[in-house]
Amino acid sequence: MSNHIHKGNWELIKNGIFSENILFRMAISLCPAIAVTTSLRNGILMGIAVLFVQLMVNITVSAMRRFIHPKIRIPIYMLVIAGWVSAIDMTMAAYARVAYKEMGLYIQLIVAFASILARAEAFASKNKFVPSMMDGIGMGVGFLMSMIIISFFRELLGKGSLLGIPIVVGKPLLIMILPAGGFFVFGLLMGFFNWIDIRFFGGKGAGGAR
Amino acid sequence: MDFNKLLELIISASLINNFVFTRFLGLCIFFGVSRKMETAVGMSITFTSVMVISSALSWLIFSYIMVPLDITFLKIVIFIGIVAAFVQSADTIMKKTAPTLYYKLGIYLALITTNCIILAVPLINVREEYTFIESIVFGLGSGLGFTLALVIMASIREKLELANVPRPFRGLPIAFIVTGLIALAFTGFSGLITL
Repeated sequence: MSNHIHKGNWELIKNGIFSENILFRMAISLCPAIAVTTSLRNGILMGIAVLFVQLMVNITVSAMRRFIHPKIRIPIYMLVIAGWVSAIDMTMAAYARVAYKEMGLYIQLIVAFASILARAEAFASKNKFVPSMMDGIGMGVGFLMSMIIISFFRELLGKGSLLGIPIVVGKPLLIMILPAGGFFVFGLLMGFFNWIDIRFFGGKGAGGAR
Repeated sequence: MDFNKLLELIISASLINNFVFTRFLGLCIFFGVSRKMETAVGMSITFTSVMVISSALSWLIFSYIMVPLDITFLKIVIFIGIVAAFVQSADTIMKKTAPTLYYKLGIYLALITTNCIILAVPLINVREEYTFIESIVFGLGSGLGFTLALVIMASIREKLELANVPRPFRGLPIAFIVTGLIALAFTGFSGLITL
């Protein structure tokens, strides 16, 4: 029995990372994926912040699901999300000051993430504590990994460095860290993942591919 | 009140620091409703009006309630509450008083709460310490900028439907690449005005 539950939890995590990946499959919460991915460090910090908020919101909503009246559930979810975002916002302002200066606004805007509200509404409000926790971890890790992939390419190509350490000698492609480059990298990566899905797994691809 | 300053604010919010192309906000809505011209126009009208009113409301509440009570650290919670409450009440009022308008624009109202620009504008207003008039003008400018972005994108995507795009790139991936090209064009506006 415990083995069965364990497998279920693992499936939930895998679901968040691959088949329902927030960025590349669902294509929601796109703003920070392009705004803060100019360097790998910022991408990782943002990913961790979202992982934290997603996990805590799922846990809180799941624990309180019996007490929340269904008619006023959306405003209550918003309040829960805003509370946890304020917490991570103040923590980052205190401990990661340099990064906070660049991405403070985007940290605050985690409140308006469709993905966090959607998971609270669609999953955590209907499921028990442990599965909700696993779902939160899966969704958050999926987001973190996508952020790492995007910012890896943008920093490597745009600045010729990784985590601030110079790697490539020569002139970097400045366009990659310009606003436009973010859209290019994201579009190409999404197309690439669609291609893998269609070619090797017989899937349909995401984002309106027919 | 300096008229030049206000004009600069509008141009800066709508063109130079366009929310979609240089600050990357509101992308979910931007890609969601830019498939057809009709929905794009409906969304823009609703969005700009909500933007102006909510930046005025949040400025009033911030300056007259939150600053005297010294609870500015709650700004995220309170601003999202203001926007959600305002959108919900506009929805109800419109349904009763202007049903035809409601059937045209009602669905966009519901979508607006998940748009990050609507929360970003009050937060930026507070951070830059704009006055009441400046806040409203900033809200208007960002609404116009969003309208411009949506209309450009919708007209391109209507043509894109007919193009022969490689299968993995159909839909969103190609839309992203197109947006990248427009963003590249918008970098040309930088340096138009130095604030």
